[in-house]
Amino acid sequence: MMTNPNGRFGIHGGQYIPETLMNAVIELEEAYQKYKDDPDFNRELNELLNEYANRPSRLYYAERMTKDLGGAKIYLKREDLNHTGAHKINNVLGQALLAKRMGKTRLIAETGAGQHGVATATAAALLNMECVVFMGEEDTIRQALNVYRMRLLGAEVVAVKSGTATLKDAVSEAMREWTNRISDTHYCLGSVMGPHPFPTIVRDFQAVISKEIKSQMLQKEGRLPDAVIACVGGGSNAIGTFYHFIQDKSVRLIGCEAAGRGIDTFETAATISTGRVGIFHGMKSYFCQDKHGQIAPVYSISAGLDYPGVGPEHAFLHDIGRAEYVAVTDDEAVEAFEYLSKTEGIIPAIESAHAVAHAMKLAPTMGKDKTIVITISGRGDKDCAAIARYRGEDIYE
Amino acid sequence: MSKITKAFQNGKVFIPFITCGDPDMETTAAAVRAMAQNGADIIELGIPFSDPTAEIRALSAGADTDKVFDLVRELRRDVSVPLIFMTYANVVYSYGAEQFISTCREVGIDGLILPDIPFEEKEEFSEICRCYEVDLISLIAPTSENRIGMIAREAEGFIYLVSSLGVTGVRSEITTDLASIVRVIRENTDIPVAIGFGISTPEQAKQMAQIADGAIVGSAIVRIAEQYGREAPEVIGEYVRKMKSAVCEYG
Repeated sequence: MMTNPNGRFGIHGGQYIPETLMNAVIELEEAYQKYKDDPDFNRELNELLNEYANRPSRLYYAERMTKDLGGAKIYLKREDLNHTGAHKINNVLGQALLAKRMGKTRLIAETGAGQHGVATATAAALLNMECVVFMGEEDTIRQALNVYRMRLLGAEVVAVKSGTATLKDAVSEAMREWTNRISDTHYCLGSVMGPHPFPTIVRDFQAVISKEIKSQMLQKEGRLPDAVIACVGGGSNAIGTFYHFIQDKSVRLIGCEAAGRGIDTFETAATISTGRVGIFHGMKSYFCQDKHGQIAPVYSISAGLDYPGVGPEHAFLHDIGRAEYVAVTDDEAVEAFEYLSKTEGIIPAIESAHAVAHAMKLAPTMGKDKTIVITISGRGDKDCAAIARYRGEDIYE
Repeated sequence: MSKITKAFQNGKVFIPFITCGDPDMETTAAAVRAMAQNGADIIELGIPFSDPTAEIRALSAGADTDKVFDLVRELRRDVSVPLIFMTYANVVYSYGAEQFISTCREVGIDGLILPDIPFEEKEEFSEICRCYEVDLISLIAPTSENRIGMIAREAEGFIYLVSSLGVTGVRSEITTDLASIVRVIRENTDIPVAIGFGISTPEQAKQMAQIADGAIVGSAIVRIAEQYGREAPEVIGEYVRKMKSAVCEYG
């Protein structure tokens, strides 16, 4: 809907990749166009989403949280209840089925927090495909549990040591690997970023989130929500949460970026708050960078949001003022992580806790007749050791 | 005919690459002079980028585009061979494409290679390049297949034919059927073709010169720079002399 033919969202998007990869992305786009409305493809995908990945995910009324904050009625979109524990599986099942139809036998992926890597390893196991996951070495330490899960699922995990050894370096390495070996390999990109057609494909597979929210809200409340809130790294769960509401102007779309230690420090990953337009990882969008165009080393407690760019459709929604992007610090996210655990008995991923933190500020400013939906993009088990360390406690995983 | 295309008129060419500021600008300047004195026909200057997706080694600590322009100004006092920048799109975009390309012209840069700008995205840069008479060099890869003709017909300066899949690096064997790719290019344009990526030995350079109009060597020189540091220019000069004479055996 928002994509024009050459993959632009306003000035953003495009295909800024080496010539070596051009036929691969063209082949991918052709395959996607062929299968996206194909009844057999969609039947198989829906079967997997429902029977295997546990869709539709619940829209849960957070009553204790609502009463405690004393403002808008809060609903949680429970993507954490999906198989593998996050929204990432929605996109991965779609891409893996597509890759299979394209005759590919091998999936490669980047991962930050490890959720996309785990989802890709899972789909590869299920569909009997080879799988290699690239993960920043720093993240393999922060998310050791997920590294083990991927290996258990039969994937090879490559620890990337270059640069800041985080998500951006994992993306660079996955792109390099794809350049090396295209014929049998599909790059299963995990977010709404990279060269066209990835931002569109990943968005379409994640749009199931807002499609479900819409019908669930109409069923429960008889009307649309006043605001939907999601965390933004590359932005896949956020675009999934926004997509079917973009035309409904009464619904506020709020993306929560990781401010790290604060947007006035260098230890931040809040791209829209602190970045400027650039070209990187195959797309034109906002990036954290220095004045010479060198990509900045970014920081967030959350490995999944620790990325110096943002998907091109978010950059566009920001430019036209349709979506709002706010920055949430490590401290605020950790407090929200603990708050949701104690108040609702739900341990959210530290990424999702960024969205919870903003909702905690926003809800009390809204009337009791208003409603907010927060997407809980993943579960927080993977984060417990890191949050314990943040609080000065060393636990064994 | 551009200065770059003219460089191909006197037989097979040898094009060495060096990263600016590796390990400092003085050493780069000395290395470029050593290359020129030992027979380099065109020299590729890499402007470092923090996150290069087409090469292994990132060298961006303190990378400053203005200092690279200063280096070229200084070199142009006595170096006359065509000079080409190779860098990533964001370095140019961030500087302001028009500002960057007009400064190229002003300091004496003859061409620009942007490995993350494929045919579909080139207009944003190629129109400005044409304005300032800086050749925007097109790349063709072993995976280009049905795209070769389209790219070749709009190519300027020379065509950079990527010898193998993957990123830059030293390879022991080059297996792609380059001759057939060159044949398709020749059917579509008179612009010369140089082959790069993975070439390191005189034997390989000789082979490439047999197939195309010249050979490009990057990683092997980057490796010398890494190994010898400030002592590298002399070693690089010697290497360029050997490679150029290998290429010329087919001149």
